[in-house]
Amino acid sequence: MVVSILHRATGIAVSFAGLGILTWWLFTLSNGADAYADFAKFVGSPIGLIVLIGITWSFFQHLLSGIRHLAMDTGAAFELRINKTFAILTIVGSVLLTALMWFYLLGVRK
Amino acid sequence: MSLGDSSTPLGKARGLGSAKQGGEHWITERVTSIALLLLGIWLIASLLLLPKLDQRTLVEWLHNPSAFIPMALLVVVGFRHALDGVKVAVDDYVHEPGTNFVVNTLLLFLAVTGAAIALFGLARIAFGVVG
Repeated sequence: MVVSILHRATGIAVSFAGLGILTWWLFTLSNGADAYADFAKFVGSPIGLIVLIGITWSFFQHLLSGIRHLAMDTGAAFELRINKTFAILTIVGSVLLTALMWFYLLGVRK
Repeated sequence: MSLGDSSTPLGKARGLGSAKQGGEHWITERVTSIALLLLGIWLIASLLLLPKLDQRTLVEWLHNPSAFIPMALLVVVGFRHALDGVKVAVDDYVHEPGTNFVVNTLLLFLAVTGAAIALFGLARIAFGVVG
């Protein structure tokens, strides 16, 4: 139930914030190095980082719960225990993937 | 099932939920989701594998067809999937037909405009307008 609501909420977040940033990123990239500096400044700021980390977590959560929904579309995993296990796993997975990705970007590669 | 009707029960039901339409929409949402699963993993893996994420490195990367083509696909399929997905939420909560039409139409315009802006930037990079 919670994961189902999360699927919708994260989908909406990625649709607006995610595609918004992606569009801004591609457009500003093509405007030259000076214009891109403004984008880089926002992305590097605390608010920018929170937004980006939020989008990546939303993306991973939506991706994993999306796979769960595709499996359920086939009629699989409706048994209560399995269903609940997979639901919890999507959250564990999305938090783990987000943490790993940002640990690599901010800690390892810099 | 009437005599002489050769369609299967699934064939009869397909697209005939309470809205009397939407079977295609439902299928499209799922097909685009599989494409985005691959394209999304590609984007994140690519960004993590690039040595730096400055403008010069990114433009050089997107200048190459092996990056430009999947990125263009990601933009088109991504906006399509977002539009299809958000429509489901709108149809769930906005019941008045007039308002529903206005909201869905505005979202359509927003998605097409967003995709056009992203593709314009991408095209400028791909065809070497920016260094």
